[in-house]
Amino acid sequence: MLAELGQILLAFTLIISLFYGTRALYMVSRSSDDIHFSALRKSLSQTAILVNLIIFSSFFLLMNLFAVSDFSVLLVAQNSNALLPLPYKLAATWGSHEGSFLLWILMLSAWTTLVSIFSKPLTDKFQIRVVSILLLLQAVFLVYLIFTSNPFERVFPPPAAGRDLNPLLQDPFMIIHPPMLYMGYVGFSVCFALAVAALLEGKIDSVWARWCRPWANAAWAFLTMGILLGSWWAYRELGWGGWWFWDPVENASLMPWFAGTALMHSLAVTDKRNALKSWTVLLAIIAFAFSLLGTFLVRSGILTSVHSFASDPTRGVFILVILTLIVGSALVLYGVKTKNLGMGDNFTPVSRESLLLVNNIIMAGSLAAVMLGTLYPLIAEVITGRKMSVGPPYFNSVISPILLPAVFFMAIAPWVIWKKSTLFPALKGLVLPVFISVVVAVFFIFYQKQTSFGSALGMIGAITLFLGTLFSAFQRLQQLKKRALENANHKTIMLFHRIKILGAAYWGMILAHIGIAIFTAGVVFVMTYQIEKDIVLKPNQIETIGDHNLTFVGIRPISGPNFSGVEGIFELTKNQSNTIHLLNPQKRKYIRSDDPMTEASILYGFFGDFYVSLGEPTSLGTEGLTPETSWTIRASYKPLMGWVWVGCFLMALGGGLAIFDKRYFKQKNTHERKFVDQSASITNAKKLIENTSQTKAAG
Amino acid sequence: MLNKMELSKTMLLNKIRYKRLFWVLSLISVIFFTIFAVIKAFEENLVFFYTTSQILEGSAPTNRPIRLGGMVQNGSIVRVKDSLAISFKVVDEKNSVVVVNYTGVVPDLFKEGKGVVAQGKIENGVFKSTEILAKHDEDYMPPKLGVLN
Repeated sequence: MLAELGQILLAFTLIISLFYGTRALYMVSRSSDDIHFSALRKSLSQTAILVNLIIFSSFFLLMNLFAVSDFSVLLVAQNSNALLPLPYKLAATWGSHEGSFLLWILMLSAWTTLVSIFSKPLTDKFQIRVVSILLLLQAVFLVYLIFTSNPFERVFPPPAAGRDLNPLLQDPFMIIHPPMLYMGYVGFSVCFALAVAALLEGKIDSVWARWCRPWANAAWAFLTMGILLGSWWAYRELGWGGWWFWDPVENASLMPWFAGTALMHSLAVTDKRNALKSWTVLLAIIAFAFSLLGTFLVRSGILTSVHSFASDPTRGVFILVILTLIVGSALVLYGVKTKNLGMGDNFTPVSRESLLLVNNIIMAGSLAAVMLGTLYPLIAEVITGRKMSVGPPYFNSVISPILLPAVFFMAIAPWVIWKKSTLFPALKGLVLPVFISVVVAVFFIFYQKQTSFGSALGMIGAITLFLGTLFSAFQRLQQLKKRALENANHKTIMLFHRIKILGAAYWGMILAHIGIAIFTAGVVFVMTYQIEKDIVLKPNQIETIGDHNLTFVGIRPISGPNFSGVEGIFELTKNQSNTIHLLNPQKRKYIRSDDPMTEASILYGFFGDFYVSLGEPTSLGTEGLTPETSWTIRASYKPLMGWVWVGCFLMALGGGLAIFDKRYFKQKNTHERKFVDQSASITNAKKLIENTSQTKAAG
Repeated sequence: MLNKMELSKTMLLNKIRYKRLFWVLSLISVIFFTIFAVIKAFEENLVFFYTTSQILEGSAPTNRPIRLGGMVQNGSIVRVKDSLAISFKVVDEKNSVVVVNYTGVVPDLFKEGKGVVAQGKIENGVFKSTEILAKHDEDYMPPKLGVLN
């Protein structure tokens, strides 16, 4: 009964969102005056909240079916088992194609609700347009869900036991990775709706960009977090020590990330300088387009991976049709309307805005390079019928040279002011960071033979970015102090107040850039100095890995709730140290299949991780497993591996912090908009005067 | 006097124009160089997929890495005791057999009677593999091999 109820609820929401979305959009576009829409706005917001509640109930019902292991529902039978621990039973709700798409739609309705609640600065008409576009998007995806991937489908007769969740997905990270990633993907739908609404209204200005910024930041922060968790999961769960494989599935999430990063930065230009307007709108559309493309690639079954649950080709075609329809119509609208919008103001070569443009060029380049490597093999296979793939060396050799300059530009950016700046005072602040980083790099070149020119540059970039960003923040605080002292303003002398004056968006930027510095350091070190050995060990044999000694003590059997297997006992000691760390990599056999699963054992550390995974016995003669049997083992030391995760986490945190900047929530209605524009230009002028005095002081 | 001023003005304008031209040209050359480098790296790392029949026919190149797909023949896995070396035979639906040598830890899903994709080079009729791929699902079959399942 519950399954049928869930299905009826979904059908009901489809009708509601389709009807109210179309109706509101029609009413708004038909009339030209602004006054009579507050009632419609209110009712539409309530509709959005209602839709969200109903989809949540439907999702909750599905979760409940998983919790009670109702195997008469096909999805539960295929992806769960009575023996599965409860958290995994619940997570199995989105461990499959149908369930994860329901989660996708739940996220979309949650974002719609957030937009309807937190959109006070928007005008009535604009808000109605945005919410109804989001409702229509929901309707489209509900059609897809109901007609091609019904999560509540029954199976008759019900099997006695479920097939169990894919063992690879039985990991704590799998519980939160999909929701985070989807929040990110789907979050770009808000920017998309804002862009389309602005195109329909035919007006894009810095006020629009200010509305869009917190949503872009939120989506980006979630996406970053989602990618981080996915990568960490791969590191822990795939068992062989890799953390980024340039697998098409990973690239599918990286492409919207690049587009989103570009969007955040170009929104800053449109906000502060009313420039790059059509480019920003295009990016808002592109970011969502790549989110959809990511969903298509991962869910259509054209890629074979742990994510491709769907093998039904009609689904892939359906998603492709949706993608073309949504993105195509948005792009047509863009093509028709963009002439009226204007390009926006010009700007000078040395200024904050041109550095942000450099960011956009680099992000677009990275996006294009990843897209070439990801889509070319797929398209070429369709056309030529030949199967091919692009190896990780392509991505490594192409992406690092494209992204490395970004690290250096990022270090300069906070030192360069808006409008017009001079390069030399800006570079002055970087003299010390560059000096320190070069000293460190030279040290590593002499003491570590593996240090290549590229990794030395990477180190210099990471350290320069880290110190340069910190110094620039410190300098800003000092400037404020100086000014406060001059004006004898005792309130603003206090550090807390000065931090507050700079705003959440500023500190978010600082935090995220420092995150990138830490991330870069981690990537450079783990790629340059990683030691990885495939070895064969008999019990009580010792192997040296770097300055660590690894002793293989032996093997013992283990059993879990829904698996059994063996685990290796390893003792790890560092040279000149008496501490012994125990490592227990496992080889598990789950009930779902006969295939074994490798569960690596990781010793996390500030300076690096030690990673051991158990392979297979090298010989299983007639005597079976004996205490003398030797095992294949992969052991590796990964310097600064943890910095990669910490760096990504700081990026996400910075993006999240930037949402709460007061500037984004200040203005009210259009009646005040003109006034706001004026006051904005006054503040801009004030800033300009301040900035020029700053440069003078700095010069 | 007036002429002189106008002259210096046009000179200044010219200077600005040349400067702008310089920036535009250098930007274009950087972009072209990047695209060139990207395409070169792309070509070098494009790995084609071959079945065992195609390899026996000799249609696979021997000078660059390729991917070999097929089924691990039953009873063909030979392990050298106390060593990482492993040898096995890959077979396709036309019963063409290629011997694969590999040294290292094999992934979980590598098994006799199951599909496998190996990357490597052909050397003297034997496929020397540098990597056994394991990214696929347990239900995954390399293309054209669904028939055998």
